[in-house]
Amino acid sequence: MTEHHHVLSVLVENKAGVLARVAALFSRRGYNIYSLAVAPSDDERFSRITIVVDVESAPLEQIVKQLFKLINVVKITELAPSAAVERELALVTVTADGAVRSQVIELCSVFEGKIIDVGTDAITVMVAGEPAKLDDFEQLMRAYGIVDLQRTGRVALAKLDRTTQKLRSVTGKVS
Amino acid sequence: MKITGAQALIRSLEKCGTEVVFGLPGGAILPVYDPIIDSSIRHILVRHEQGAGHAAEGYAHVTGRPGVAMVTSGPGLTNMVTALLDAYMDSIPMVCISGQVPRPAIGTDAFQECDATGITMNVTKHNWLITDPADIPRIVAEAFHVATTGRPGPVLVDLPKDVSNAEMEWYWPTEADFDLPGYRPNLRPHPRMITEAARLIAAAERPVIYAGGGILKARAAEALRALAEQCQIPVTTTLMARGAFPDEHPLSLGMPGMHGEYTAVTAIQKSDLLIALGSRFDDRVTGKVADFAPGAKVIHVDVDPAELGKVRTPEVPIVADCKMAIEELVRAHAKEMSRRESAGEAAQADRSGWHAQIAEWKRTYPLVYDKEPGDGTVKPQGVIETLREMTLDDTILVSGVGQHQMWASQYWKFHYPYTWVNSGGAGTMGFAVPAALGAKVGRPDRTVWAVDGDGCFQMTAQEIVTAAMERIPIKVAILNNAYLGMVRQWQELFYEERYSEVYLSPDLPDYVKWTEAMGGIGLRVESEDEVAPAIDKANSITDRPVVIDFRIDAREKVYPMVPAGHPNDDIMVGPAIEAHAARQKGAVK
Repeated sequence: MTEHHHVLSVLVENKAGVLARVAALFSRRGYNIYSLAVAPSDDERFSRITIVVDVESAPLEQIVKQLFKLINVVKITELAPSAAVERELALVTVTADGAVRSQVIELCSVFEGKIIDVGTDAITVMVAGEPAKLDDFEQLMRAYGIVDLQRTGRVALAKLDRTTQKLRSVTGKVS
Repeated sequence: MKITGAQALIRSLEKCGTEVVFGLPGGAILPVYDPIIDSSIRHILVRHEQGAGHAAEGYAHVTGRPGVAMVTSGPGLTNMVTALLDAYMDSIPMVCISGQVPRPAIGTDAFQECDATGITMNVTKHNWLITDPADIPRIVAEAFHVATTGRPGPVLVDLPKDVSNAEMEWYWPTEADFDLPGYRPNLRPHPRMITEAARLIAAAERPVIYAGGGILKARAAEALRALAEQCQIPVTTTLMARGAFPDEHPLSLGMPGMHGEYTAVTAIQKSDLLIALGSRFDDRVTGKVADFAPGAKVIHVDVDPAELGKVRTPEVPIVADCKMAIEELVRAHAKEMSRRESAGEAAQADRSGWHAQIAEWKRTYPLVYDKEPGDGTVKPQGVIETLREMTLDDTILVSGVGQHQMWASQYWKFHYPYTWVNSGGAGTMGFAVPAALGAKVGRPDRTVWAVDGDGCFQMTAQEIVTAAMERIPIKVAILNNAYLGMVRQWQELFYEERYSEVYLSPDLPDYVKWTEAMGGIGLRVESEDEVAPAIDKANSITDRPVVIDFRIDAREKVYPMVPAGHPNDDIMVGPAIEAHAARQKGAVK
């Protein structure tokens, strides 16, 4: 993740087709999505979409304003990386035959990963943590040979009171 | 009381004040067409669904009330997409009801199935697929609410056939029942921004008002006039705002942009303060953005926050309804003038030089064309001028898209708001005939003239049949130059006169016979002296549509013109204005 990336935490109505509207808006206006994670929030009427946007493709303010025009978007919080807690999860299947298996398992435990499947000459590992940690793990595993890799895209929430610093919170009154 | 979903839909439309629905039935919408028979709503059966959409837009343009269109699923819906785009680009309130295949058939590629909400997602302000008959009244009420509030726009309600057939318990929702937690348009301007704007206005030496379609949407024409007169600021009205400020007003500069008047374009370029009211810095107005009004600070009022800073970053952004913001500005400006006076300053900065400069531009570079070709050739600009002279000030003028649209906007002198209906943002050829029909239905007390091109007319002419059948007496002036004229003009100017696929023929089709076949009166004008008598005859016909085929000079081009992507300073005024300017300058010497 470079400094051109920003995290938008978007609270949307939990209705059919809302993700399609958000995705279509990004494509129609020529904005790039870096990663996207969607799940229901604590209130069943709403879902939270965490979008990492590439702000080189358009000014962040314009993306936020256009997004907020979608009728189903209830609230947008822009999280500065320093003011948010972010986590991501990865599943990695890595080549690990007899000769190197113990090395892979050792690295996995350094990263607090969990072995969730074992095959004849490969294992599948689950690692969760800050996105940068996953990047490091991915890089180390490359040496052994990554067979398959799936990351979830990050989820984020604002840091709690003592350190919270929202860059911008749009709730309909902009001027 | 239990009623069917179809009955609930029609009753909901009635509750929302719908007088007229423009539509065309088909399989999936069939149940809804049955209760229409018993409804107070007038249904106008169009000959193509696109016509229903543009008619609804025309209706909305002139009445300020949302236009309602109804179509069936599949091709019925896709034929409506162009009209939805058109309404979306021009912020026209419109509600479209589309039939959908029964719920169990959705997703199975059923007969006439299409993903209506998916297809129209990007050309509507919002859309709904109704999956429960109990939702019908609430969703219809929400649809009208969303279409007409904030920045207006088109919405679509997709109704599966089995939902129409199912029964529901009738109720009527209040706004408290709406399920729109993410929709809260902001209408009130921020007081600090208003004060800041008033300060800039009073201090500006070369201010210009750049009024856009938002003025008309907000019913703010009177407020605009009050502001302009109190501040003594000249006003430009964009293509979407023609009529929002009277053209004969001494402060009026006319239309800015690619085919704008020299004075309007140049005044904006040289201004030190640009007051953008309900306008959106469209590329057809700005030309090359980096060189647009380079010395100007910008006050930008728009109800849509996303317009502020989208193209040009304003010094003073104001998210508000245009009418509320302008009324606040008028008050704040009066206060600012007295504050300045009590501080020993002039109430406003000295603008005598600016007004003198503008007057000189107006004198030197007015809109003129070669009036006397001497061979009886019919000049398109002359047709518009004669038409204007022979009609009342409150006549509604509708146009299609192309050269004729620009001549209509330039040479028609607008006196009242809501007398101009055209397709601005989308540039939809074929808009005029169905939009004129809708406008006439909305304002039967007014004369409605459409100015159309020969290319445009061929795209939607079938709605003349609708007009004849429904006795909607619209009048159409085809400026027939036998070309796709605007494309021809670009090929002439920018492609070394290599004309590619723009010739249409003046006689094919025969517009007079075609009109007669469709139940209207067809007239033809081939020389200059026939223009006025033909218009006179058309004005006397009040029981059916009339179409006049004006055979105009095909060489005539739209001037002034700023080539696409160029700075507005590169404005080309064309030979007629140039000759006039040379004479003016000679006379001064």
